[in-house]
Amino acid sequence: MADHAHKLEIFRGLIKFKSNTQKIWGVLLLLTIVTAVEVVLGIYKPEALMSPSMTPFEGGLGATLLNITLSAFIYTKSLNLIFIVLTIVKAYYITWDFMHMRDETKSLRRLVVWTAVFLICYLVFILLQEGGYIESVYTNGFVKRDF
Amino acid sequence: MDSTVVSTGTEGKTWGGGNQPLKASYGKMMMWFFIVSDALTFSGFLAAYGFSRFKFIDYWPIADEVFTHVPFLHGQELPMIYVAFMTFVLIMSSVTMVLAVDAGHQMKKNKVIWYMFFTIIGGIIFVGSQAWEWATFIQGDYGAVQTKGGNILQFGAYKTIDGEEVFKRVAVEEFAIAAHSDRTQHQNKNGLWFVDEGALPAFSVEDVYHGLEAHPNILVRTQTINEEGEKTVLSREESLAQLKANGKRYVKGANLEVNEYGTPLFADFFFFITGFHGFHVLSGVVINIIIFFNVIIGTYERRKNYEMVEKVGLYWHFVDLVWVFVFTFFYLV
Repeated sequence: MADHAHKLEIFRGLIKFKSNTQKIWGVLLLLTIVTAVEVVLGIYKPEALMSPSMTPFEGGLGATLLNITLSAFIYTKSLNLIFIVLTIVKAYYITWDFMHMRDETKSLRRLVVWTAVFLICYLVFILLQEGGYIESVYTNGFVKRDF
Repeated sequence: MDSTVVSTGTEGKTWGGGNQPLKASYGKMMMWFFIVSDALTFSGFLAAYGFSRFKFIDYWPIADEVFTHVPFLHGQELPMIYVAFMTFVLIMSSVTMVLAVDAGHQMKKNKVIWYMFFTIIGGIIFVGSQAWEWATFIQGDYGAVQTKGGNILQFGAYKTIDGEEVFKRVAVEEFAIAAHSDRTQHQNKNGLWFVDEGALPAFSVEDVYHGLEAHPNILVRTQTINEEGEKTVLSREESLAQLKANGKRYVKGANLEVNEYGTPLFADFFFFITGFHGFHVLSGVVINIIIFFNVIIGTYERRKNYEMVEKVGLYWHFVDLVWVFVFTFFYLV
């Protein structure tokens, strides 16, 4: 399989490795650092990151739309948002470099990634939305739970 | 005898067949499509977990207080450490797998063998760690009382550590006063033969209550998460009143029915999702072992390509990929 060429640069060409083996170790280093950051943040839980970074906008339709657009910053704790972003970073490098997605044709890449990403976002949105709604019914409705 | 049409007049044209627009072999492409469907299965589970968690957002157990154990370091509270180790083991075995694939491309049989071997070892360590994690979770550590409404009441006391007042859980065994009980376990040999019941709890709620009365420093902690993101600790009077009015049974550890750390849903999802993932790791190890022996007997050397290693590699990396998400949503967020 001599015709099997690997793309050796990551970070859009910022780092270019000399061989495929070297790239693998480089990506391992990256994944280890990201995991270490997650673990340290998870243990110490810095006070500053324990609340959302923005407060909800108030008044009018514009504010509601802004709240929806920026919901990740308004309703998610900064720490959790960091964890989710770092997870996606790790997933990207595992898929692109360990699973060689970087070397596949654009069409195969899109077949796999776009399909999965679209369906997962759709599912997660619906279920979390519904879960939040049921929570509001429990909290604001007359459901007794403290017994 | 030339009854079938063999020539369609489209040879060499785009739709004449023999094209590989994705430039990937059939097997590799199908592995990718399987991975997509499996990823959707896992996201279904994780999204369902998110659904239940959002439903009980103010009552959900705090993972840092549940998974605090590390083998051989008994009695120390070290949240995250062991699971971080497990994550690292899995990432490491992913690396040896991709190195095996790379060696396969260069037709270096011995290197493939060694890298596959390390991958399998990594997988076995991971599954073993997961089994240990399960066992620890099932066994539990402090015990709690379940209320009539299915809530959990935990016990603890304020202690001063490094000049700071912190709430530390106290094991029910340490303060409960076990009274003599006439109640024996109902088995089908000593009662109705068609009815059975599980082992009786070690303490009755009465025992726990008497113990609580006798130890004025011990307080009850509820499932409710307060403004500071911590579980609410009741005052002394509230503690006694709550246990007296609502306590139903003593529970220790976690299973599909009860969970001393909080809502049983947490335990259900934990067992189901990590179990499903662990089963993937196990099957991955088995498939890896098969391919490992195929490499040793030289199947791919004769075939003159190691694509099979690449295909199981895809599956193995996928298992790692899923774990990255399980790790985040179960232990971090």
